[in-house]
Amino acid sequence: MGKSNIFDLLGPIMVGPSSSHTAGAVRLGVMARKILGEEPVGGTITLHGSFATTGKGHGTNLALVAGLLGMAPDDERISEAATIAKERGLNVIFTTADLGDVHPNSVKFDLLGRNGCHVQVLGSSIGGGSIVIREINDFQVEIRGGYPTLVILQQDLSGVVAQVTLLLATAQINIARMLVSREKKGAQALMVLETDQKIDEALLDLLRKLPRIYQAMAIEPLE
Amino acid sequence: MRAYKDWVIEAETKGLKISEVVLQNQIDELEQSEQALFQRMSKNLKVMRESVAAGLSGERRSISGLIGGDAAKVEARRKQGKSLVGELMSGAIARALAVAEVNACMGKIVAAPTAGSCGVLPAVLLTVEAVREVSEQELLLALFTAAGLGMIIAERANVSGAEGGCQAEIGSAAAMAAAAVVELAGGSPRQTADAAAIALKSMLGLVCDPVAGLVEVPCVKRNATGASIALAAAEMALSGVESAIPIDEVIDAMDKIGKQMPCALKETAQGGLAVTPTGRRIQADFL
Repeated sequence: MGKSNIFDLLGPIMVGPSSSHTAGAVRLGVMARKILGEEPVGGTITLHGSFATTGKGHGTNLALVAGLLGMAPDDERISEAATIAKERGLNVIFTTADLGDVHPNSVKFDLLGRNGCHVQVLGSSIGGGSIVIREINDFQVEIRGGYPTLVILQQDLSGVVAQVTLLLATAQINIARMLVSREKKGAQALMVLETDQKIDEALLDLLRKLPRIYQAMAIEPLE
Repeated sequence: MRAYKDWVIEAETKGLKISEVVLQNQIDELEQSEQALFQRMSKNLKVMRESVAAGLSGERRSISGLIGGDAAKVEARRKQGKSLVGELMSGAIARALAVAEVNACMGKIVAAPTAGSCGVLPAVLLTVEAVREVSEQELLLALFTAAGLGMIIAERANVSGAEGGCQAEIGSAAAMAAAAVVELAGGSPRQTADAAAIALKSMLGLVCDPVAGLVEVPCVKRNATGASIALAAAEMALSGVESAIPIDEVIDAMDKIGKQMPCALKETAQGGLAVTPTGRRIQADFL
């Protein structure tokens, strides 16, 4: 299992019954909400594997909705998430499907936001409440929610990455981890950067104005 | 790889408790102050107390309807002075059921080390607090000892039912509780190691076979029996009974047994109690 700290062994403080199927599910909902970037109003949630078969008894559905509503894993209103969602105008439909070669505890969100934003997010609960986001709009990513994360969709061309990192350097933002992938040579590419410092709206605007940048999104860390 | 025996030697050499060795280790690794770590542990202790109280009230039922109200039954019988096993053991059984019931009913708990095994440690420590004079500070220190041993188990093996069976969850929780309660009762660092080893040895081979895949049957009651094993192991260690096999080697044995355990017995609900006629019927009724 590897190295850990004392609060991995005594903690998290959470609403039961399962760290992976409940606490992790809340966190996946929270991340999907952060990626959408606005109040979700509707969508479809597709459950895969163990989430699909044992989710009901673990309150996984409620936990995912609670996360979409912005609740933390220790929020005692998780068991009332369905009612609260209704009150707040969030309508989600649950379905099950084989999402392919992904972790047994996986879920795909197809979300619509209040101002019309639309996003697809695939994530997995990988044990002890830890999670990882694997796909955003069909692009492969790896976001664990431990750091402020910048996701940029750009043209695959030399110098595009450099102009982004230069802007970050100027703003004194240090990159902890970076992943670059592309559809094919010269087509759309995706950059995921985990940073030590928070990325504010002003910097995000500057990034969006750079040439050959199609989209830029900042995702806050969990908690 | 870290070894618990190194901490025992360090504690003995420096005249410290295991908890103080763990605390120093985590101050260094997490780069946080002692005060910050105590504050965070206090939050855990507070939630543990709340979950005991919530569970003993016995009002909630789990989603399946199978779980709830048992802690209150044990508590009521003891309060009538009828307990067979006495104040301490009966109190621990009731509290372990209480916290595990709260977990099954979507209430708030502290994973210790997991949600499925969250009842053992608070039950043992808070029952000792109820029957003996112990300070808040001593209780918090005991939690550091428990968490420290948990770290060693997680590093040398794992604390996941899906990876190692129930021995890795309730077994680890019982070992952590045994070490912690020995320190709380004034035992030596070496005696915490013996208590942990005796407790974990008693849990080796225990499979994870939850009915319908839920954290309910047999998980909730195993929290109570796990707490009883922790107390029995602590009683032996405090009396000077030694474990022939040292704790680190018992943990390594648990790891190997977990790997040898078939998949059907590791949280898949495909073996053991889950596939008994009654287990299958419960699953059919529920799903």
